[in-house]
Amino acid sequence: MKTQKRQLIRQILWNRLIAVVEEQANVLLKTAFGPITREAGDLSAGVYDTKGRMLAQAVTGTPGHVNTMATAVAHFLERFPPHTLKPGDVLVTNDPWMGTGHLFDFVTVTPAFLKKKLIGFFASTCHDIDIGGRGFVAEATSVYEEGLYVPHMKMMEAGKPNETLFAILKNNVREPMQVRGDLLGLVSCNEVATRRLAAMLEEFGLRDLDTLGEYIVSTSRESMRAAVRKLPRGTWIASMMLDGYEAPIELKAALTVGKDGIHVDYAGSSPASRFGINSPKCYTDAYTSFGVKCIVAPGIPNNAGSLEVVTVSAPEDSIVHPLRPRAVTARHVIGQMLPELVFDCFDEPLAGKVPAEGAGSMWVLGLSGGPQVEGAKPDATRFNVISIGIGGMGARPAKDGLSTTAFPSGVGAIPVEITEATSPLLFRRREFADGSGGTGRQQGGEGALIEIESTEDAPFSIACATFDRRRNPARGRAGGGNGRVGRVTLASGKVLPGKETYVVPAGDRLIAEMPGGGGYGKK
Amino acid sequence: MERARLAADIGGTFTDVVLEHAGKRHSSKILTTPRAPEEGMLAGIAQVLAAAALHPADIGLLVHGTTLATNSLIERKGAKTALLTTAGFRDVLEMGYEKRYEHYDLELELPTPLVPRELRFPVEERMTAKGEIRTPLGSISEIISKLKAERVEAVAVGFLHSYVNDSHEKRAGELLAKSLPGVSITLSCEVCPEIREYERFSTACANAYVQPLMASYLARLAAELKRRGFACPLFLMTSGGGLTTLETARRFPVRLVESGPAGGAILSAGLARENNLQEVLSFDMGGTTAKICYIEGGRPEQSRKFEVARIWRNLKGSGLPVRIPVTEMVEIGAGGGSIARLDELKRIQVGPSSAGAEPGPACYGRGGAEPTVTDANVVLGRIDPAAFAGGTLRLNIQKAKNAILARIGSPLGMDADWAAAGIGEIVEENMASAARVHAIERGKAAERCTMIAFGGGAPLHAARLAAKLGMRKVLVPVDASVGSAVGFLRAPVAFEVVRSLRCLDDDFSVLKINELLNSMHKEATAIVSAGALGAKLQTHRTVEMRYEGQGHEISVPLPAGKLSAADAKKLRAQYEARYERQFGLRISDVPVEFLTWSVNVSTFAVDKKNSNAKVKSSKATARQERTVFDPVSGKRGSLPMFLRRDLAAGATLAGPALVVEPQTTTLVPRGWRCGVAAAGHLILERKP
Repeated sequence: MKTQKRQLIRQILWNRLIAVVEEQANVLLKTAFGPITREAGDLSAGVYDTKGRMLAQAVTGTPGHVNTMATAVAHFLERFPPHTLKPGDVLVTNDPWMGTGHLFDFVTVTPAFLKKKLIGFFASTCHDIDIGGRGFVAEATSVYEEGLYVPHMKMMEAGKPNETLFAILKNNVREPMQVRGDLLGLVSCNEVATRRLAAMLEEFGLRDLDTLGEYIVSTSRESMRAAVRKLPRGTWIASMMLDGYEAPIELKAALTVGKDGIHVDYAGSSPASRFGINSPKCYTDAYTSFGVKCIVAPGIPNNAGSLEVVTVSAPEDSIVHPLRPRAVTARHVIGQMLPELVFDCFDEPLAGKVPAEGAGSMWVLGLSGGPQVEGAKPDATRFNVISIGIGGMGARPAKDGLSTTAFPSGVGAIPVEITEATSPLLFRRREFADGSGGTGRQQGGEGALIEIESTEDAPFSIACATFDRRRNPARGRAGGGNGRVGRVTLASGKVLPGKETYVVPAGDRLIAEMPGGGGYGKK
Repeated sequence: MERARLAADIGGTFTDVVLEHAGKRHSSKILTTPRAPEEGMLAGIAQVLAAAALHPADIGLLVHGTTLATNSLIERKGAKTALLTTAGFRDVLEMGYEKRYEHYDLELELPTPLVPRELRFPVEERMTAKGEIRTPLGSISEIISKLKAERVEAVAVGFLHSYVNDSHEKRAGELLAKSLPGVSITLSCEVCPEIREYERFSTACANAYVQPLMASYLARLAAELKRRGFACPLFLMTSGGGLTTLETARRFPVRLVESGPAGGAILSAGLARENNLQEVLSFDMGGTTAKICYIEGGRPEQSRKFEVARIWRNLKGSGLPVRIPVTEMVEIGAGGGSIARLDELKRIQVGPSSAGAEPGPACYGRGGAEPTVTDANVVLGRIDPAAFAGGTLRLNIQKAKNAILARIGSPLGMDADWAAAGIGEIVEENMASAARVHAIERGKAAERCTMIAFGGGAPLHAARLAAKLGMRKVLVPVDASVGSAVGFLRAPVAFEVVRSLRCLDDDFSVLKINELLNSMHKEATAIVSAGALGAKLQTHRTVEMRYEGQGHEISVPLPAGKLSAADAKKLRAQYEARYERQFGLRISDVPVEFLTWSVNVSTFAVDKKNSNAKVKSSKATARQERTVFDPVSGKRGSLPMFLRRDLAAGATLAGPALVVEPQTTTLVPRGWRCGVAAAGHLILERKP
């Protein structure tokens, strides 16, 4: 009887802990500024035991925060040992290598106390609207140009804000109030979660999370291992070519299914780029383990136990493991291709179960106007908006690929009417790029076709930092055709080939076609 | 003498009918007849008429809520519909939000658009965001010939920025109406004049798609009622909580989709007013879902975001968005029919998928093999198998037990009692989580609320859910099991008009806004007057606001009368107070954006008087006992069982106990007391 009851209570507590972090993420979503964060849900929230092991994480818009969040707290605790922390303290950093991969993401950690005793930690992160520097472009050649770096420090001490930090931020970012709003949102979501956790422990008469944590971690680890044991053992390799910035990039992976886990090694992948498309190791880990989980165990929640079953190695200072001070702003260009590379590895042992390649990393169209744009008059309207361009997903063995749907990112589109209401831009088209999906028994998803002009007689600029797969298509699988490559041109005919920022002259129009997904099977 | 009033609520699992006459109420609850929903409803009506010894001609009012529109969207059994849309945007409807609602599921599917690509016709025309014509409306005569050739039954028109300038949509609508007699036409600027093209087009297409079906259903129903001798007016319940006439229902059938839950919120709001309850959590649990709604000051909050026809395990994001006036509530897949299973970590999961009315829970004995919440309650002894749904459906305990053991108990090494207790706990945890998240979103505090619990499943779970949320008091109204239908009879006649007009607080275009609000008020008043039969009208106006750059809006009430420039400041202050209440901070130097304006005109709701008179208390005595499993002690024990009809006003009893009525059972847990108020409601209170 006792064991049945204990088992039931543990289930309830686990369920409740997940509800606490979902609530934490929800508070953050409602307070976030900036379209990327709110439309994409580019944020994350998690709970940790006193040793810094992640016990539960909210399922939010982007897998890029999966492992990054799991390891971020440990980095904090090395610098701020748990016994030195007090109620009301909040720690912060935007370190790309020890946070979530670029300076735009602030990670905060709040220690949770019950009756003056430390019971665990809450961490949260979101993509801030601006961090100074060059903005959301890939042109920087070092992280120093990419914006303000905030090393691990206290943002709040015993409930009092670190005014020095806020003063520095205020004078180094383009939207100081919104950035402050985002940071305060992080504080408040951790705070809400802390109160919930304390109430939950009191209700069940628990003093800490340790026993529950051990149960969650070990159950998840065991389930993940059980899923791995169902796979054939061995090592499989795959490679993928991408456009890159200054030179083409080759990604190489060797995936080994072992007795108790899966290891992915990126040996042989291209060296780091001079420009900001490098994927820091923590971000590489996140997308690798996301890809593995999609295939192996989609239903097992992310926590320290399930994540430790997948390990990743990569050569130092490669494109998937760049060292400081490499530029990393547009790290998703590379990172978001990794799940499909993992799929390529699984194709042989799990033939007939793995989808074809898709467009991969999403295109972020950074559109700006104003007197600063080359060729603009002094009275040109100043604006700075983004639009999300989404390609097609790869075909599945028994279903077509989804059209204009992001994968692996969870980002959604921004409505045309919203973008037009906040800028002088006008979209002439936003529809399927017909025939962009690869042919096959199952058809690849279609990419989007977007055509934009200004309603004013003024030029505007377009940052192409994130546009890949313009020379290297998403490959079909099992005899299916490749997806069509993406393409960026002006209506007047000029092709915009690179990842830099271009000017669309007054009276001209930008035409961007996103890549289609690969097909599956012979038609 | 006051004439009898009748309400009929067709839900996903049950059809409820309520008749009120001469201070008495009769009700019936029967399984929904999905293939011809009016049959179940007419059978239910016949039952209550017989019980009340009345004839159709004695009925003075009939209020009807139905899931028919919802079902036709779910089953994609609506009209052959075409969409005329701005050239370059024909795929908006299919591209949707362009995101996956489930990150790890590679087999994910997106909802099929209501209008296939070959019936989405691009039209040369373009408005700018400011409402200026950039490209004049081109000819649509060729499209009209194609529509004729294709024999489409309904047409939606959705052009970009029609919420600011509707002239192109209106013109296209006129041309279509002239050339296509008998074809239903929906303009996006009329059904949903709000910014965000996907939601607006989706709403317009959903309206067009269900229009022919609803029009014919409503006509058929009206004729059948007439044939049966009903001579009373027929009103339809809308998702926004107001009644509407047949004529308006035919024009905007998409507004009928979420009518049952709206009726429940009206009931709770009325009870809150009558019992002076400032903060209420309305908890409605039926066969398929649970609905949780916070009510402050006797008025439920309104919203305009809703999703119908979810296709993938009832997941949020897998359905079609419609922007219509709805009562703000959270609805989760937690009902009597919700299916329990183990996930790959052997954790018990309950819902959101449901066994529905067919085959229903395993204990229905109709072929259902999956264990459900109702099966758990039957095994635990909380439901009398002989008295379920008024005794119309005899439940099979053994089948419930087998299903629970097979899917939950045996794999976990638990016996049937513990496994059933686990299902009960988890479904209550799910509802508690939903209530907490919703409280955060709306800036409420559950622990300050009184719970009002109704719907067939709620009274069994109410007190335990209340305890999880830190609440001390629960009210289970008279006729709790048919609460939504009871709510229908309290609903005002109402209509809401919305328009988008964006401006910032430092650029508050007061002339334009007043002009807009005036025209909206006129439009709403004209529609309501048609059904109000001369009753006094009231107006509620709100605006949706946000900090510029955010994506989440908060609704703020507008003062009565003409707005002045000074109101921008006042509205900002109100917005910030609400923002601070929800999120704990203000961001004082960011401008505030006004986005969407709404005007709701309605008659006054029908309240009862003197319902909380003092009554003399007396201890009730139980006539029967039931053996029930108690997870606290881990044992089966005898619980006193009271029949609700035996409990007079003033009666009191202490938990643990069961209070049974024909269509539901109230569980009074250990540590709770139950009393009967003057109006007959059960009041459960947790001992301090």
